[in-house]
Amino acid sequence: MIVIRRFQLIALALLPLVALVLTPPSAAHADTLDALVQKLASGGFSARAKVVDELAATGDERVSAVLEALQGGDLFTRKSDKRVFITRSAGDELTLVDPISGQQAGTAPKSALKKIRVNNRLRRAIRAALGSLTLLNPDPAKRLAAAEAVFKSRDANALAALDTAIAKETNAGVKRALEEARAAALLYSDAPETEKIRAIAVLQTRGDRDALALLLGLAGAGKDAGAVAEVATSSAAVIERNLAAWNTVQNIIYGVSLGSVLLLAAIGLAITFGVMGVINMAHGEMVMLGAYTTFTVQEIIRLSAPELFDYSLFFALPLAFMIAGAVGIAIERGIIRWLYGRPLETLLATWGLSLILQQAIRSIYGPTNREVGNPSWMAGSLEVGSLTLTYNRLWIIVFSIAVFAVLLLILKHTRFGLQVRAVTQNREMAGSMGIRTGRVDALTFGLGSGIAGIAGVALSQIDNVSPNLGQAYIIDSFMVVVFGGVGNLWGTLVGAMTLGIANKFLEPFTGAVLGKILVLVMIILFIQKRPRGLFALKGRAVEA
Amino acid sequence: MSSNSLSLRNLAAAVVVGIGVLWASAVQAADTIKVGILHSLSGTMAISETTLKDAMLMLIEEQNKKGGLLGKKLEPVVVDPASNWPLFAEKARELIEKDKVAAVFGCWTSVSRKSVLPVFEELNSILFYPVQYEGEESQRNVFYTGAAPNQQAIPAVDYLMNEEGVKRWVLAGTDYVYPRTTNKILEAYLISKGVPKEDIMINYTPFGHSDWQTIVSDIKKFGSAGKKTAVVSTINGDANVPFYKELGNQGIKAEDIPVVAFSVGEEELAGIDTKPLVGHLAAWNYFQSVDTPENTDFVKKWQAFTKDPKRVSNDPMEAHMIGFNMWVKAVEKAGTTDPDKVIDSIVGIKVPNLSGGMSEMLPNHHITKPVLIGEVQDDGQFEIVWQTDGLVAGDAWSDHLPGSKDLKADWVDLKCGNYNTVTKKCGGKGA
Repeated sequence: MIVIRRFQLIALALLPLVALVLTPPSAAHADTLDALVQKLASGGFSARAKVVDELAATGDERVSAVLEALQGGDLFTRKSDKRVFITRSAGDELTLVDPISGQQAGTAPKSALKKIRVNNRLRRAIRAALGSLTLLNPDPAKRLAAAEAVFKSRDANALAALDTAIAKETNAGVKRALEEARAAALLYSDAPETEKIRAIAVLQTRGDRDALALLLGLAGAGKDAGAVAEVATSSAAVIERNLAAWNTVQNIIYGVSLGSVLLLAAIGLAITFGVMGVINMAHGEMVMLGAYTTFTVQEIIRLSAPELFDYSLFFALPLAFMIAGAVGIAIERGIIRWLYGRPLETLLATWGLSLILQQAIRSIYGPTNREVGNPSWMAGSLEVGSLTLTYNRLWIIVFSIAVFAVLLLILKHTRFGLQVRAVTQNREMAGSMGIRTGRVDALTFGLGSGIAGIAGVALSQIDNVSPNLGQAYIIDSFMVVVFGGVGNLWGTLVGAMTLGIANKFLEPFTGAVLGKILVLVMIILFIQKRPRGLFALKGRAVEA
Repeated sequence: MSSNSLSLRNLAAAVVVGIGVLWASAVQAADTIKVGILHSLSGTMAISETTLKDAMLMLIEEQNKKGGLLGKKLEPVVVDPASNWPLFAEKARELIEKDKVAAVFGCWTSVSRKSVLPVFEELNSILFYPVQYEGEESQRNVFYTGAAPNQQAIPAVDYLMNEEGVKRWVLAGTDYVYPRTTNKILEAYLISKGVPKEDIMINYTPFGHSDWQTIVSDIKKFGSAGKKTAVVSTINGDANVPFYKELGNQGIKAEDIPVVAFSVGEEELAGIDTKPLVGHLAAWNYFQSVDTPENTDFVKKWQAFTKDPKRVSNDPMEAHMIGFNMWVKAVEKAGTTDPDKVIDSIVGIKVPNLSGGMSEMLPNHHITKPVLIGEVQDDGQFEIVWQTDGLVAGDAWSDHLPGSKDLKADWVDLKCGNYNTVTKKCGGKGA
């Protein structure tokens, strides 16, 4: 034992010497940086996280390029000599760039390189490091991201950098973000109490969930006993009260969003079932056809003209309308017209048809989900106060209202619409007036199916595109049409929105499963009271 | 009269043809060993199960190339139970009684497995079940090659606790038996680890749930209590795509609130743009990205077999491969396909898995497997960030549930699937 101890002592005594020999002179700063970067290639995730911290501590601006590459998965090691490179893809091969000098170092095939892997912990370390490094970046968007990153990392070491950044900042939005980041970092440093209380005030003005998380963490941590924790708790309570008010607004908006999805799915059915009285169980499959049309259009665009991808939905919309509409007309001419007036047979025949369509799609496209991409203008979200509104949902609300308006226009203000209404109100009379009732039937059914196809394009943006897509919507669609009142488009609109909002207000209290059941029970009770739904049609068609 | 005699002649012809067919199939039956494949090829579950049917066909073809089994060729018998649970039982009966298959590989959902259990018991045949499940079961005729909760859920939670420092938990699942039982086990486990009840949020959604706005924003709210939060997801199949899309759109990043999923594999990710999901986690016993020569070889064969160079492989496929190879070895050891002899000879058999270890069939009819944690990458694959040191033995009865921690399954010595170690009696509960 003693011998070992003595040996350790000697080793300890020698250590500074060894270190002295190993540390390169400060003139060769690039070399140390390079050595650090090369260290990224070896070791586990935690070792790598340490290297990231060391890199950040150098404060060198070249580091941010390296870290960005690491974050984006563009940092590779060459298998032959274990050197680290930033890569850019160039055809089948990758272009190698030296991480320090930024000079190109030839190309290499992917198989000769090994990606430097990152995990969540490392990603957090990189984000924090990048945050303090890019606070003075010329691009305001990057400065904003840096401020957010520091806000999240609450790195007390970044305080000095933040102060310089705040002094130099001219953009008001970025400046506010920087001050919030400073407040967050300050709270987790050993600053005096008065400064901390001022920082809490800054966070209270920010007032969002992140600020709340920070304050609650501070109040719960217990390390700052007394005044700071107290102020944090009361500030958190203020924010919470604020957020609760926003919550109601959020429920309404989410409800409208769910309602607009229901409306889209149901509006085609409002024509085929509502106006024509055909129980079409294959309605959901028309929606599915629309979604698969979108998928096919996107595949073609991806292969032949990727730059048009953002416009893919505009190509898909008319195509989906035509395809689903054509299938609808074929169904009407081939099957349904022989079954008018026999609802039970229609139900069974269209149910069978829905299974055939599903299996056909399954055989052609395979049973697995197909990826339909969001165009860039539909991805991401909009922050309003403390609400997060996702763009795809917002667009779907706009879109469903537009479809509804166009349909209303067609039915109320065109010759075709007039004929449709005439035929559905009194077939014999319309026929004797010279309207070709058979043709009107086929076109109406085609219109309803085509609208379902358009709905499929929109739903492909939020749901998965699989052969089962339609089944998920058929029950809801019937529910909306029956609730809203058969034969009335306005009823469908009000019905869809009511169900959507009711669902969203119930969900937080009862959970999604029970919420859905409660809505169903309410509809059953409602139908008992008003069998014809919210907006009952009056007149001959009803009595007939 | 003439029409009558015509129909008589037809009948005679039909009988002759029928006898011919029977004879032909009898001859064929003598030359081959039949293997039943019981996976849905239509309906809701076709999305997951069709792949397993293809995987089985590939395994059988490979075995036949190696000269078959006991000098005979293997013959796959594929039936389609159409995602219809009672039909599973009917089709299982058809496979065993009519087709006389030596073993059946099949089922995905727990409810389909529960529906075929009595059939396999009554007709004394063998079922290999390849999917991760909730445990709490061990049946003499069934071999569970997927993960039990202690081979997937518990290690995943441990990883989050130790590596990510998670203090607050959202257990989100689809409303049916697997998520409910798994979450019960996890809740008991978390509480035993000192997590207070108010730091656990449990949420269930219906099958195919597509409107995740409220729940995702609830998760966000739950996560803003100043403690590191993670979501443990047992959300099933189809509902995952809109769930992950909503997460991505509402800007929940894996660095802030990671989601670890037990039912999301390479196949499920094929339907999503994974760029916003990078860093979210999944726990399995196999990933396509496993870097071993065995796996590279397997993936190559699979892509050649399906003629699709982009086709992904997944965990239940590996489970079927292990189960099939174990069955082949057991039949060779027993020298017969007789179920009783195979059931006796299969316990203790070791076959290589695709992550470089040797999986063993245990007396409780579960197997040993490694547990891997992977992070989603932008190409739809998983990067393995953690794995257990050795293999983990599958535990049929969870140690964390009050009713089942005293139970033990052992089909070698105790000849019992639910032996109660306290009362020393067979037949505690369950199967």
